[in-house]
Amino acid sequence: MRTMPNYANPADFLRLVRVAVPGTTAITAILFGIGLYLALLDSPPDYQQGETVRIMYLHVPSAWMAMFIYVVMSSAAFGTLVWRHPLADAVQKSAAPLGTSFTFLCLVTGSLWGKPEWGTWWVWDARLTSVFVLFLIYLGIVALWQVIEDPGKAARLVAIFTLVGAVNIPIIKFSVDWWNTLHQSASVFRMGGPTIAMSMLLPLIFMTFSFTFLFVTLHLLAIRNEILRRRVRRLSMLAASAGEAEVPVIFAEPAE
Amino acid sequence: MKQNGAPLPSPLGALLVRDLKIGRRIGGAASMGVLFFLCLVAITPFAVGPDLALLARIGPAILWIAALLATLLGLDRLFQADAEDGSLDLFLMSDTPLELIVLVKCLAHWLLTGLPLVIASPFFGLMLGLDARALEGVAASLLVGTPALTLIGAIGAALTVSLRRGGLLLAILILPLAIPILIFGVAAASGAMAFLTPFLVLCGLTLAALALTPFAAALALRNGAE
Repeated sequence: MRTMPNYANPADFLRLVRVAVPGTTAITAILFGIGLYLALLDSPPDYQQGETVRIMYLHVPSAWMAMFIYVVMSSAAFGTLVWRHPLADAVQKSAAPLGTSFTFLCLVTGSLWGKPEWGTWWVWDARLTSVFVLFLIYLGIVALWQVIEDPGKAARLVAIFTLVGAVNIPIIKFSVDWWNTLHQSASVFRMGGPTIAMSMLLPLIFMTFSFTFLFVTLHLLAIRNEILRRRVRRLSMLAASAGEAEVPVIFAEPAE
Repeated sequence: MKQNGAPLPSPLGALLVRDLKIGRRIGGAASMGVLFFLCLVAITPFAVGPDLALLARIGPAILWIAALLATLLGLDRLFQADAEDGSLDLFLMSDTPLELIVLVKCLAHWLLTGLPLVIASPFFGLMLGLDARALEGVAASLLVGTPALTLIGAIGAALTVSLRRGGLLLAILILPLAIPILIFGVAAASGAMAFLTPFLVLCGLTLAALALTPFAAALALRNGAE
């Protein structure tokens, strides 16, 4: 007599992924179409930065995703530690490489923008440095996932480290105010409304949503893969203990 | 705590004495830490040149980086040795809170590696041509900052306790987290800004580490040892 599907159940979650992914993929494609058109063709070049301002439409959303994914990971880490839920483990694990990639994208686009605008590829400015530190923490998390063999134990230990590393996110947020140096301060979310022109804000918003939906799509697929990977692992361990006769069954069944 | 009328030492006191004894006996962690510190200070002039004015300017930073690396030196063994000989299982089962045990182990580690560095730093500072004010700044900031390095390192040591070769991963995990300590430590030591502000922030970071890290490390030990 269940009225609502329980998405914490891996099997129900797999069903959700099968239904949701085509939708989120389509939304991602449409948003990217509009966003990239607005960002690369429709929006005006900046009167100071010229065409290089277009890098910002990739840079700013990646920076937001870098932090957003860390928040997702920290929430899942909380779920792992409090409820010991296997789905939270999978959410955590599959978010880590995605977060690493978006942070890397943020650093690379920032560097490409910095060369023409600041005249240097890299500046040891507060905000750049803290994003770089975030990148290092992401790499540490990925490394920690890889070295611990038992998946449950790995999830709990990584969760502890993720929450310890979460101390870093407020430092990123406030570092601009602490050491306010070369990097411009926040210009979208601030008291008294945004300071950038509407013609530039609109593509930025579209790009942010397309990045978010891209992440949601990739994350759902990665969680599905992780659930299946665990299932294969468990089945092969069962088969190994039961005898070799059942081995072909494992590879026929992993999808459900 | 009494048993059959004879007073027993408190478990935490006994642990501290035991750890200090082990630290002094096996390989002499204390003297090795200082020696490593000295080697790091000694190779820097070969890398940047013997110009005393330059060395004096970057001296506080060199001493802080050397202290950071020297603190990492014995950290991977902080809980590993106990895990190998079974003491860790006794810690996990004992009535004494694991958080306090972690704290005492950190205290022992700091007394053996951190404190000798603090005492040695003014002498090594002289070799780098630091003036009296900078010497005081380095010693004071190291005194306040190195406990935080040990405490943060304890989290990494607890996370990697079950790994056979956790030392390198420990450094990768811990160094990014130690950056705020390094920033404010060097700022206080070099006197580029006013001494007091970064020094007080450093004190705050150390106190926060003292309050929070034992819980994280103990949680990691409970989950890692299963």
